Amino acid sequence: MNFTNLFKIAFRALINNKMRAFLTMLGIIIGVASVITMIAIGQGSKVSIQKQISEMGSNIIMIHPGGDMRGGMRRDPSEMQTLKLTDYQALRDECVFVSAISPNVTSSGQLIAGNNNYPSSFTGVGIDYLKIRQLTVESGEMFTEADIQSSAKVCVIGKTIVDNLFPDGGDPIGKVIRFNKVPFRVIGVLKSKGYNSMGMDQDDIVLAPYSTVMKRLLAVQHLQGIFASALTEGMTDNATDEISTILRRTHKLTADEEDDFTIRSQQELSNMLNTTTDMLTMLLACIAGISLIVGGIGIMNIMYVSVTERTREIGLRMSVGARGIDILSQFLIESILISITGGLIGVMLGCGASIAVKFIANWPIYIQPWSIILSFGVCTFTGVFFGWYPAKKAAALDPIDAIRYE
Amino acid sequence: MKSKVIELIDIKRNFIVGDETVHALRGISFSIEEGEFVTIMGSSGSGKSTLLNTLGCLDTPTSGEYLLDGVAVKSMSKPQRARLRNKKIGFVFQNYNLLPKTTAIENVELPLMYNPEVGAAERRQRAIDALIAVGLGDRLEHKSNQMSGGQMQRVAIARALVNNPSVILADEATGNLDTRTSFEILVLFQQLHSEGRTIIFVTHNPEIALYSSRNIRLRDGHVVEDKVNPNVLSAAKALAELPKTDDD
Ligand SMILES: Nc1ncnc2c1ncn2[C@@H]1O[C@H](COP(=O)(O)OP(=O)(O)O)[C@@H](O)[C@H]1O
Ligand SMILES: [Mg+2]
Repeated sequence: MNFTNLFKIAFRALINNKMRAFLTMLGIIIGVASVITMIAIGQGSKVSIQKQISEMGSNIIMIHPGGDMRGGMRRDPSEMQTLKLTDYQALRDECVFVSAISPNVTSSGQLIAGNNNYPSSFTGVGIDYLKIRQLTVESGEMFTEADIQSSAKVCVIGKTIVDNLFPDGGDPIGKVIRFNKVPFRVIGVLKSKGYNSMGMDQDDIVLAPYSTVMKRLLAVQHLQGIFASALTEGMTDNATDEISTILRRTHKLTADEEDDFTIRSQQELSNMLNTTTDMLTMLLACIAGISLIVGGIGIMNIMYVSVTERTREIGLRMSVGARGIDILSQFLIESILISITGGLIGVMLGCGASIAVKFIANWPIYIQPWSIILSFGVCTFTGVFFGWYPAKKAAALDPIDAIRYE
Repeated sequence: MKSKVIELIDIKRNFIVGDETVHALRGISFSIEEGEFVTIMGSSGSGKSTLLNTLGCLDTPTSGEYLLDGVAVKSMSKPQRARLRNKKIGFVFQNYNLLPKTTAIENVELPLMYNPEVGAAERRQRAIDALIAVGLGDRLEHKSNQMSGGQMQRVAIARALVNNPSVILADEATGNLDTRTSFEILVLFQQLHSEGRTIIFVTHNPEIALYSSRNIRLRDGHVVEDKVNPNVLSAAKALAELPKTDDD
């Protein structure tokens, strides 16, 4: 049969019933729009989490004491003291896949300068820490290897600390701040990094030589962690393996003993979070997909009613020579046209809603091209699938019964 | 000698309703030649519509043989019968059966939409020609709800003409119209007849029989009378003699 004619017939039938066609479309419009928006929100949070991870530093590898925590068991406090300075030194001297490495010890408490105080924490690190966390000293300078050797009471502070301890705008360099009664001399101020995408203030930071924090503030022999940077992102696994081998050797672990430290790489973290956000996206997409199916059922419902309502019309068409297949095609084309038009409007609405969410609610949004193609495909399929049964019913009508139908 | 357009041989049509069998047609045989204007009369329930539906290939007889232009319809498949309706038959119904919210021209184009051999331009031209032939040349773009009953029936007749059928079948085509409009439609049928078309006109109104060339009367599924009308009246003359009403 002549397809253009059937298309024209179906198109005119829809034009003659604009309101009904629109109401039928509504389900599809909402379905498609919500699929696109939900996936855009899901993928937006994925992109923003990835950004957060890359904000942590370049190809960062974090080593913490204690075995893998994923079991969730309570552990002996002594287990948390397995990382020593000697481990750091061994790694620094032997690792070839690592470009920078720094110990990490933290002590929290009250910072006091003159009449001002501010609760924060002192982070004891090595010089490489700047490189690992991609920090830069804006004024003054970073402490030196000599300061580390001598456990000098010097510190480099972030902008938030400056603002809170020196609110009158004086140059903090050379000033003394007290931390838990120990006086430190400010020798540098870090360049502001602002808030990260998780909403954490990256400028609320005080860096001091690790030796100073260990000896003068905490009086401990162990490290809370070691941070390192892999040479390149692709070498992260090599670096992790290398670090593991060296630590197992320095900790004198036998082959059947488990690691008493945990290595987490940025890559691993990002994979883990990706899985989580992908799941979230899937969940949102499923909810939206259900509304698409509901929209499809709407099409079936209306087409079904439409077949009954237009029984006389069908009878007439048959009496002037339409075959069953012509009637079937007409109703199928009608439902496909409805779903495709609804799909198109839904795509536009979905993109619009995503952008609106981005600007109004300030959520991260990432419109996925595949979500557009997917929802469009699904709604075309919906049109065929849910249009089929009513169309089949129309085509099977007996011409006389149809034309006599009251 | 003129060719036989329609030949019926002992046509029977039974309907099963519940446990009962309704014998709508009980063995009907006659033939109709090209160019005849036949009225089929009979009281309500005598089987006129059933007979016409059979002639129009909308219904299949329970038994008997029906030849349309010499072709046996019984052996045909459903799609084949649809093609036959499309090419050889023009149907006019009592209640017009126009597509709602659709212009006259689109209504008339309808049969040609299902004929892949006719292109869009030709289809439109033929629809216009048919509308002109029924006197609606100035109402081409009027929608079905913007027309009077008589005009709607004219559109329906134009639609029955447009595929140039072998036979035009009309079932109570004037049944819903007032006397004057009925005569106008009759004039149109007589005119089509004079142009050589074969027409079968079903009616329960005996008066209409006077304007056709042959009368067949049905009763209870049987043909009880089949006679040639020697003295065909002119519907145009009757129309002219109708008393004029003021509200025209
Ligand atoms: N689809 C049908 N099912 C059952 N009985 C029918 C059907 N169509 C017609 N009949 C019966 O057949 C007989 C003839 O009907 P019909 O041809 O419509 O008569 P007419 O058109 O002369 O009034 C009637 O008794 C009617 O009840
Ligand atoms: Mg009848």
